[in-house]
Amino acid sequence: MPHPTDLSLLEAASALRDGQLSSRDLTQACLERIDRLDSQLHAFLALTPELALSQADAADGRLAEWRRDPASPLPITWGIPIAIKDVLCLEGVPTTAGSRILEGFRPPYTATSVGRLVSAGAVILGKTNTDEFAMGSSTENSAYGPTRNPWDLARVPGGSSGGSAAAVSARLCFAALGTDTGGSIRQPASFCGISGLKPTYGRVSRYGLIAFGSSLDTVGVLARSAADVVPLFTVIAGHDPLDSTSTPDPLPEVRLDEADLHGLRVGVPQEYFIEGIQPDVERAVRAAIEVFRSLGAEVISLHLPHTDLALPVYYLIAPAEASANLARYDAVRFGPRRSESSLTEQYLETRGQLFGNEVKRRIMLGTYALSAGYYDAYYAQAQKVRTLIKADFDTAFQAVDLIACPVAPTTAFAIGAHGDDPLSMYLEDVFTLPANLAGVPGIAFPVGFDSHRLPVGLQLNAPRLEEPRLLQACHAFQQATGWHKEQPPL
Amino acid sequence: MPLTIEEVRHIAHLARLKLTPEEEGRYRQQLSAILDHAARLAEVDTASIPPTATVLPLQAPLRADEPRPGLPLSLILANAAASEDGMFRIPPVFEGEA
Repeated sequence: MPHPTDLSLLEAASALRDGQLSSRDLTQACLERIDRLDSQLHAFLALTPELALSQADAADGRLAEWRRDPASPLPITWGIPIAIKDVLCLEGVPTTAGSRILEGFRPPYTATSVGRLVSAGAVILGKTNTDEFAMGSSTENSAYGPTRNPWDLARVPGGSSGGSAAAVSARLCFAALGTDTGGSIRQPASFCGISGLKPTYGRVSRYGLIAFGSSLDTVGVLARSAADVVPLFTVIAGHDPLDSTSTPDPLPEVRLDEADLHGLRVGVPQEYFIEGIQPDVERAVRAAIEVFRSLGAEVISLHLPHTDLALPVYYLIAPAEASANLARYDAVRFGPRRSESSLTEQYLETRGQLFGNEVKRRIMLGTYALSAGYYDAYYAQAQKVRTLIKADFDTAFQAVDLIACPVAPTTAFAIGAHGDDPLSMYLEDVFTLPANLAGVPGIAFPVGFDSHRLPVGLQLNAPRLEEPRLLQACHAFQQATGWHKEQPPL
Repeated sequence: MPLTIEEVRHIAHLARLKLTPEEEGRYRQQLSAILDHAARLAEVDTASIPPTATVLPLQAPLRADEPRPGLPLSLILANAAASEDGMFRIPPVFEGEA
């Protein structure tokens, strides 16, 4: 038997059912590996070993019962150690969103997505690092220091779900929850060589998610393969009365064994192969598209003509929504307080001192875009152009079943590479923003390496609510190739 | 068109952010660059295009208005910097205000 942390999630679930391994074995193996490696990686902001071991023991009790009655239903996630991005609340466990302004905050309730996983027997190892309030593409904006890429410790893991991506890639856990407002699951999955699903907007409840851009925020899953994503996604998807934007449509069963690419129409948007894309990225992405063709898919060139406008639209709408959402950090109900000389001084000092650079920049940008005299020119115009971007996808999906494109223009960049140049950092998101603006699901997964042996990812997008099609296509690719089995040199 | 330092100060005050002079200068330059990039949106003819505020097909769903228990007060107050008599305690609102 291989070392427990080398097992895939599905293999670990099978070993638990067979009784070859206990959940306590798996949990201890993860905790030991975290203890050994996380001082280098800094994937976690908080560890919950006592909670994890008590959950593991409870899971082992239920597994023993199940072995006496294997016909009783038991989710695949039962007894599986996972990690949670630190923007999702877990009652009583410190939750910071990577910000000093939430230092010491212990949520009084649990996010629906996290609660559903706990009810499905998952073991929570801890909370993972993130760019402050999920604003960033590198995890460098965490107030608690950057996470490092397991493939090269001098590089970023991507962001903002960089802690979750690094933890999965380094096999510190079997899967992790992340969030994706402009690419924050797909881009770190790509940079770390793992599979990351950004669901349809509204597919997974946002209740208990610390809000960033409320019309864009999604909760999703990072794991080592599409097959390992499915068990968590199946648990967290579905309507939640506590989130009125969650879709009432039930998730159909995701049948990976029915994955068949024959006749599937895969569109390749010409606007995603722009000047500035790293040649190794384009080569690996085009080779992966050829794999889809060789597996029976019909590859069709198409246009998403408003792609180049997604960046300015996103960087007005997301900051505008953020400026409203982050108004709640006023040092009244939670968070540390700076200055008590007056309420206004309390607001000004606390927010000025405890929000980081990028967060303050986006609050300012959003406040400006919403302010009197500029609303129509910036925010309202961005919402209208958003309609055109969404229409690009609607039109494309009349002709194709999936869209295939790069996740990011480059592979993982060096820590500090973008310095204090926000616009150059925003350009990292150019291929992931459109799916958030259109609300469609996307998956990123590894399809090769660059010349430095850094992972290259491919992105697939599907029409609203068609995550099963995305997961099947990704699974078919992973059945035919071995990129997702490659491991970082740790 | 670059922002003026007065505009930066005005936005910071609207957003209740106290900035250092160094931050004011830096944000002036960075926000101006970002807004310059966004200026190309003005070139798009959107006269007949409706805005998208949400991608959802849902129309404000309704639920039954049924009373249910909330979280215990002690748990809600536990995260506050200061509380007193079951309430959040804050500095004076009017004293010292211009």
